[in-house]
Amino acid sequence: MSSSTATTRARDHLGVTRLTGRALTSWLHGLPGVDRVGCDARAAALGTRSIKTTAKAWAIDTAISMVDLTTLEGADTHGKVRSLCAKARVPDPSDPSTPQVAAVCVYNDLVPVAIDALRGTDIHVAAVATAFPSGRASLQVKLADTRDAVQAGAHEIDMVIDRGAFLSGRYLDVFDEIAAIKGACDRPESEGGPAHLKVILETGELATYDNVRRASFLAMLAGADFIKTSTGKVSPAATLPVTLIMLEAVRDWRDQTGEMIGVKPAGGIRTSKDAIKYLVTVSETAGEDWLDPARFRFGASSLLNDLILQRHKLRTGAYSGADYVTID
Amino acid sequence: MTFTYAPAPESRAIVDLRPSYGLFIGGEFVESDGGGHFKSISPATEEVLAEVTEASAADVDRAVRAARKAYAGPWGRLSGAERGKYLFRIARILQERAREFAVLETLDNGKPIKESRDVDIPTAAAHFFYHAGWADKLDYAGLSTPQGGSPKPLGVVGQVIPWNFPLLMLAWKIAPALATGNTVVLKPAETTPLTALLFAEVCQQADLPPGVVNIVTGAGATGQALVEHEGVDKIAFTGSTAVGKAIARSIAGTRKRATLELGGKAANIVFDDAAIDQAVEGIVNGIFFNQGHVCCAGSRLLVQESVADDVVSRLKRRLTTLRVGDPLDKNTDVGAINSAAQLQRIRDLVEVGEAEGAIRWSPPCDLPDRGFWFAPTVFTDVSQTHRIAQEEVFGPVLSVLTFRTPQEAVARANNTPYGLSAGIWTEKGSRILWMADQLRAGVVWANTFNRFDPTSPFGGYKESGYGREGGRHGLEAYLTTGATR
Repeated sequence: MSSSTATTRARDHLGVTRLTGRALTSWLHGLPGVDRVGCDARAAALGTRSIKTTAKAWAIDTAISMVDLTTLEGADTHGKVRSLCAKARVPDPSDPSTPQVAAVCVYNDLVPVAIDALRGTDIHVAAVATAFPSGRASLQVKLADTRDAVQAGAHEIDMVIDRGAFLSGRYLDVFDEIAAIKGACDRPESEGGPAHLKVILETGELATYDNVRRASFLAMLAGADFIKTSTGKVSPAATLPVTLIMLEAVRDWRDQTGEMIGVKPAGGIRTSKDAIKYLVTVSETAGEDWLDPARFRFGASSLLNDLILQRHKLRTGAYSGADYVTID
Repeated sequence: MTFTYAPAPESRAIVDLRPSYGLFIGGEFVESDGGGHFKSISPATEEVLAEVTEASAADVDRAVRAARKAYAGPWGRLSGAERGKYLFRIARILQERAREFAVLETLDNGKPIKESRDVDIPTAAAHFFYHAGWADKLDYAGLSTPQGGSPKPLGVVGQVIPWNFPLLMLAWKIAPALATGNTVVLKPAETTPLTALLFAEVCQQADLPPGVVNIVTGAGATGQALVEHEGVDKIAFTGSTAVGKAIARSIAGTRKRATLELGGKAANIVFDDAAIDQAVEGIVNGIFFNQGHVCCAGSRLLVQESVADDVVSRLKRRLTTLRVGDPLDKNTDVGAINSAAQLQRIRDLVEVGEAEGAIRWSPPCDLPDRGFWFAPTVFTDVSQTHRIAQEEVFGPVLSVLTFRTPQEAVARANNTPYGLSAGIWTEKGSRILWMADQLRAGVVWANTFNRFDPTSPFGGYKESGYGREGGRHGLEAYLTTGATR
């Protein structure tokens, strides 16, 4: 989708003849507010669901299949990425029935390494782009960053929005940038088709729940395939209430447009117990159509091993311990 | 893909029920003098849980005498600080035995375990903690006589409580009565006597002096004997408006004081600028919490016409995720109706609603074969003249009405003989304050609903009763102050 197509589509959705900052502002500020106390209470209530036995087994396997196994360190090496890809292929060598993860997420210079290591699997390679994590670079640099990853074969691009522009109310700048990056994700079908665009809102910097809802709608309007909570570099990263708001947003967006946009909480989800709370929230908010790796992902690194440990526990009745899962 | 929750039942092994119970009078369980017995059943399965004594007038007399003796004797002479120690002890025991109380409450009442576990029992303990703190500070409650004398207890208090929050209503009644130095004869509802009898054991465990708390089980006749007993100085009643009026009539012209906490038909008012998703949660919590067996339930949804369709469609979608069934399952949201009689009343009124032309809707849900069950129900196209918009259903039944302006919302909300509670949903702070000032309701919640806290006074306007429970105001109902009398 080119950036002018995004603008046309946005104009139609807003019912305006010209997409201006003012038009975007009145649309976003016209969205229903989010009451923080009520939203936190609802998320906490969803977190009290008791998921046992068969339901737990299903949830653990589903969560594993939704993991974007991530390494985003300055110290990343080819060896580290190859090791992570091996883990993605075979999360648990002691049990081949363990599902594979959805994707491996790396910085964009390491995309070729990951592509090579995952050849022959259905596991996607996701690259963070657009001057991740701060997003503080010119549009030209961000576009080049994105094209680089797309040309290297990344299936998915995780971009960051310009939080400075968003917080100062320059919604049109945020929109234009997302639309432009979406354009840079284009790729001929012969080379695998366009890369999927995940738009990172960095909700920890947006601070208010109203902002989370507005940023979610803005990203969807501009062409996001996924909306993602966080880079993992800012605290707080993913929280259950913020994910709840984003799930409400994609649910409402489908009501309005028929399009289904994915949601990816990322950062800070480390235990199976937490992952199951997220799946409960997906199921009871957006509904079962989102219980699919094409619609919901976990951006995580240590979560996978806890899921595997809990899987052992369900299978054998006893906890195996950290030495029985591999560190990659 | 579908996420199917496996059964997650709470174990009932922690509850050790005796086959039959006597009356708790003078610090011990005693046999009745001429009274009969009745069975307490689980409304979810109709299984008999225990046999309970129906206290006779002679039993009530014994209980009142025991309470008088304790008032004249050890309890009346204790300092506030000493009374406070007992209350703190009871509060801690309730917390220690919370799971036992929660499971028993759910068995006897039919409410979901998550509600008894997360709301009823913790809030009951909180009432004892709160009032324990007041016991030695009554001189500073602003209730002293004009000459500066300390406020004094009333004496023996007769308390009659309902079946919707059995232990919590007990705590609302007993904690302030004891903190202020009164003694108590309490009659729990006939369908839910078991947690009150377990509480009697807590009184023994706490070494509460004999006769300070007496518990007489029974039905209406037992309650009447208690209300009419000449040895009682004050009546505290929570229940239906019809019974409340009868009590007020029967004690007219006597020295007895009374506080009555009666029915309600609360309006939950949603404006077009409300935080819609949270408002929908508030609507659900307002009417489907505790199967709608809540006197302050938000049983009338008043929604601004410009957002009515959106709110109702979101509400319906949300209701399809409610889990109705086994109250002991930790994932159950809506449990059993408390009794066959209550189920019949709900059915009757719902039939009336349909006959009056309102549109009835329920989410698809499989109800168990045994026990008393009613699916969450929403009526749309309801008019102010419909009986379902006027009468208290006391069940999981919501009537949806619309309004155009804030003035109309206030007029409709107040257009009922009741006045217990109301809810306002708007992002506009000034409107919340204006509405709260206009609404004739004892409790007005803003952007929330059905929140209870011991520090906050609770009670009604109009036919929802008089007197307040909780907070500093609640103490006044159990003290003679000179300042006000």
